[in-house]
Formats: sequence, C-alpha cells, structure tokens
Amino acid sequence: MIEVKNIDKSFGDVQILHDVSFNFEEGKTNLIIGQSGSGKSVLTKCIVGLHEPDNGQILYHGRNLPTMKKREKKEIRKEIGMLFQGGALFDSLTVEENVMFPLTMFTKMSKKEMKARAKFCLDRVDILDKNKLYPAEISGGMQKRVAIARAIVMKPKYLFCDEPNSGLDPKTSILIDSLISELTEEYKMTTVVITHDMNSVLEIGDNIMFIYKGRNHWTGDKNSILTTDNKEVTDFVYCSKFMKMYREKIV
Amino acid sequence: MNIFYHIGRYTQMLGQMFSRPEKFSVYWSRLMDEIVQLGIKSIGIVVLMSAFMGMVIVIQTATAIDSPLIPAYTVGFTTKQSILLEFSPTIISLILAGKVGSNIASELGSMRVTEQIDALEIMGVNSRNFLITPKILGAVIIFPLVIVFSMAFAFIGGWFACVSTDLVTVDKYLYGIEIFHDNDFMYLSYALSKTAVFAFIMTSISSYQGYYVKGGSLEVGKASTRAVVYSSVLILLFNYLITQLVLI
Repeated sequence: MIEVKNIDKSFGDVQILHDVSFNFEEGKTNLIIGQSGSGKSVLTKCIVGLHEPDNGQILYHGRNLPTMKKREKKEIRKEIGMLFQGGALFDSLTVEENVMFPLTMFTKMSKKEMKARAKFCLDRVDILDKNKLYPAEISGGMQKRVAIARAIVMKPKYLFCDEPNSGLDPKTSILIDSLISELTEEYKMTTVVITHDMNSVLEIGDNIMFIYKGRNHWTGDKNSILTTDNKEVTDFVYCSKFMKMYREKIV
Repeated sequence: MNIFYHIGRYTQMLGQMFSRPEKFSVYWSRLMDEIVQLGIKSIGIVVLMSAFMGMVIVIQTATAIDSPLIPAYTVGFTTKQSILLEFSPTIISLILAGKVGSNIASELGSMRVTEQIDALEIMGVNSRNFLITPKILGAVIIFPLVIVFSMAFAFIGGWFACVSTDLVTVDKYLYGIEIFHDNDFMYLSYALSKTAVFAFIMTSISSYQGYYVKGGSLEVGKASTRAVVYSSVLILLFNYLITQLVLI
C-alpha cells in the first residue's frame, strides 16, 4: 500500500500539486486520471522519487520516501517496477537483455538463471519469440509488453504505469490493460496507472483518483465514476460522443 | 548567474559520478565497450587525418625553408616537433571533440528524452555513474594511445611526401626525425598528458550537455552542437594554459 499525504509541488512560482492525499491499495489497480496538464505525471514522479515534493508524505508501507536516506531509497526502488509512456527500453540491448537488465544489476543470479527468469516474464506477456530482436525492430504494442516484462522481472511490490495505452490501437490497449490487471492480482502488487483513456478506466479502475488543477478532486471506482454528479468528473467522462450516447441511454 | 548555475550543476554531476558501482563486472564491461566505441573506432579517421597532416607539414616546411644555410634535415626535425607538440595532441583532439562529443551528447540526450535515464534511476541505478563514468574513464585511457597512433601515421605521411616529391630526401627526413633532443621525452609526456586532459574535457562537457537535455529531438540536436562548440573552446583554452604552465 502507498499512502500519499498532503503533497504540494511547485516549479518556480507555478504550483502544480495542491495538498494531494490518496491511498493506493495493495492488490488493486489504482488509477490516476485527469486532463492533460492536471498534474498526474508530476504526482507520479513525486511518488516514485524522481521529483522531491515541497511538502507532505509518501509512505510505502509506512516508510516515508522523501525523508529516507539514499541507501533506503535505493532499496525501495528495487521494489518498484515502472512502465513508461514510450516503453523506455534501452536501444542498445535486445528484448531479452532489456528484461535481464535489472537482474544483471541487482542480483547474484547466474546467466542461466537470469535467462530463465527473463524467458518466463517474456512468455507471461506473450512475446517470447521476439527475445533476440532490438526495441526498434518491434511494434509499439510489443515494446509496451517488453517494458511490462522488464517491470515485473524483479517481482516488484509496486508497479507504476504511465499512460500504458498511449499510441496503441483499442484492441492492443485492452490487452495491455488486462495484462496489468492480471499481473496485479497475480503478484499482489500495488499498481498505479496514470491514464486519460476512459476504456482503461472502465476496464481496470478498481480505485480511482481524479486530479483537477493539481488537486484530488474526486475518488471512487469504475462503477461510481459513471453515476457521480461531480461536474468536472462528468465533463471528463462524458466528453466523447459515444459516452454521451451511453449517458442518454442510461438516463 | 547562468554560467554559475551550469558550473555548479556540472560539478555536482562530476561528484555524483564517482560513487561505488552497483556491480563491478557490469561497469568493467561498460568501460571496455566505451574504449572500443570512443577510441578504437576513431582510429580509422585519426590515421587518415594524421597521415595527410604529416604530408602537408613536410611539403609546407620544405618549401618555406629556402635558405642553403639551413640543413635539409631541419624539415624532419620541424615536422617531428610540430606533430609531437601540437598537431597530434591538439588538432586530433579537436577532431575527436567533433566526432565523440556529438556522439556522446546525442546518445545521452536521446536517452533522456525517451525516459531511458529515468528508467535507470527508478530501478535504483546511479545513472551518472553508469552512463558517464565509463565514457570519461574510457576516453582518458584510450585517447593518449590514439594520439600515439596519430603521431606514428603523421611521420609515415611525412615519409610518403618525401618519397613522392623531391623536396627533401628520405634519409635527411628520417635523420631529422631521429635527432634526439633532451626534451623529447618531456615533450611526449606533455603531449600525452594534455591529450588526457582534453579527453576529460570533451567527454565530461558532452555528457553534461546530453544528460541534462530537456524537450525533444530539436533540443538533442542543439545539445550536440553545444557539446562540440564548448568542448573545442575549452580544449583551446586549456591547451594554452597547459602549454604556458609546462613549457615556459
């Protein structure tokens, strides 16, 4: 479980996050949703430690990240897997080497053991046959799957996914969403997904935080988001023609 | 104010680079890779440029020395001094600053904009230590050796110019090169030491420019250009400072 308490973050004179608090629950897919520029990515970067918050606490099972010593932070980071928007795979390494990279850096496993673990993870995301290719030689959807395999290779306690569906077709998006959801349950991880894709919200949104102008504006789940009367949330949810039609039907 | 900000951040980057590696064997293999990428793969261009440089120096020196009072072997001696003291260590370093500097800045810049550096940080890897230290160490180790190659091929180029023209005989040229000067060893160590300093300058400045890129591919391009320009200017400045310090 990750508890975020009263987070503020500014860049220069511009305050991006205002007193944000939320509990990201273990074994569930937690979603941070909101419009572009609302502060989702900044909040996530604060949670994973890429940005230092100005105020507030980020508790990983009670351990406060901002006040941790360098060594403790390093240990926490070994428990984190992250899927970046563009995959962030290392161009110079093959698919298999990318997945093996965290093992090479942080474990004393033999090469054979590392290969077996990488093979298992690649098989789990159904991309084992591409293990010898370089990231530039595979499609965007495949890169996302490889990035998921790399993120879970160390059996993380926490998984962060930054817009996992961006640039993917609807079918592949659903596959990626399902994969994230299945892995969350399988590994009992605390998964945090940043998205503004309503399909993802309705597919995997166990626990949702809606950020508006840098504030935690609404919390709920995939069922309550459809029936809330919060104006900003309904504007966000029902902005597409399809969702408007759906709303008219249920009303 | 801006310059102090950059100097501060550059110093901070250097400080964070030299921490204990996560896994020595991985860093050792990264160091070997960088030695090959930065040094061994530059030998071709260095050999080509040095050979032509040697040829031109011999022809220019021979045509400039017109007096019968000056012995012909002076061409060989002058060529040796020019190559040893300045052409190989400085001119080749400037050429390498262009090749290696833009390569490093664009590599790190691309890694930054595609979030590969963030991925390393989140995994708990010290990205400066992992990405930059092997480049700097690799260049400082291998570039003096590359410069030795450059010197050798510049002398061979000079020899070829003697063979292909009748400006000076090969015997006189070789005699001029072989004349032992008391300071020759000092000059050689001066040349190799300043090459190591230039290697540090070009790799650290280029790494700094690439590592802190913000934005997209346009900024990566700009960072590569800045890396080459700043490295070249600093190489020239330090060339003057080191020369004044050592030779006077």
